[in-house]
Amino acid sequence: MIWQFDIIILLFLVVTALISLRLKDLLGASIVFGIYSFLICLLWAEMGAVDVAFTEAAVGAGVSTVIMIATVYNTKRRSKD
Amino acid sequence: MKLLGLVAVIITGSLLLYASGDFPAWGDANSPANSNQQVSVRYIQDSYAKTKTPNEVTAVLADYRGFDTMFETVVIFVAGIAIIAILSFLGEPNKPRGGDIEEHPETPDLIIVQTCKLVIPIIQLFALYVVAHGHYSPGGGFQGGVMFGASLILWALACGLPAALKRLSEPRALVLSAIGIIIYAGWGFLCMLLGGNFLEYAFTDPLLPEGVEKAHSHGMLIVEIGVAFTVTAIMFVIYANLSSRGRLKGGL
Repeated sequence: MIWQFDIIILLFLVVTALISLRLKDLLGASIVFGIYSFLICLLWAEMGAVDVAFTEAAVGAGVSTVIMIATVYNTKRRSKD
Repeated sequence: MKLLGLVAVIITGSLLLYASGDFPAWGDANSPANSNQQVSVRYIQDSYAKTKTPNEVTAVLADYRGFDTMFETVVIFVAGIAIIAILSFLGEPNKPRGGDIEEHPETPDLIIVQTCKLVIPIIQLFALYVVAHGHYSPGGGFQGGVMFGASLILWALACGLPAALKRLSEPRALVLSAIGIIIYAGWGFLCMLLGGNFLEYAFTDPLLPEGVEKAHSHGMLIVEIGVAFTVTAIMFVIYANLSSRGRLKGGL
């Protein structure tokens, strides 16, 4: 546990969460959401919850990003709201 | 409508923030989760002696809370079924909403295909290792299953969806995912047949006589394999349907 590291990751976490909510380009939003998943995976690994971090890296950052991009490809790329 | 949503979010968020004040302090030794009479201390002290499983997380997930994990697997199964149902319900299968998507016109790139042929076996081997080694190191059925599914998705990305569906067709994947749940629930019923409660692994000891503690470990391994089957198949089915609007051709 290094608290400075925690603070930096948490800061990036909030920033990426806000960016992925604000982006109108849904492809960009899903990629930023993948970055968010990687950051929270780092945070969990750093706090000692290795199993959860592993799941987050595989499901959140890996497969769900691919699935979201596949969905964006088949719908509209721009968000209306 | 937007204003209403904002008001709802603000009210819920402030309620949650207000309620979080009642949480015990982080790492507080006297909090209910950490004090001596509670289950978490028992898990830490007894789980290795009782289940012979070094990874306590897996012991809790697949043994102490096995019933919970079984229905987590069922949730994934139902999610895959729901996606198929919704996508096949939208419009006719031959004419998707919002225009047609072009079928893969060009042949897949040689370098990408050869790289995938090199990488995919390694991914799959590592996925099997993660499943089989789940009770010694971080990992288990969910993670290994997702990685195995991801290797199939990688093949679909490299060569087009039809090539991947030739390896694992949708009906076969659905059968595979159902087999996973049958393995999980079947092991639970086997414990009942041998005289125990549902998922009480200790009663499967006569099948592989290595001691009651080892029977817990074997039970966990079998249950994790069931989870891995379901997760692998459902991840691939979800990708195949979402990337082709439920038509299972063309796609990314």
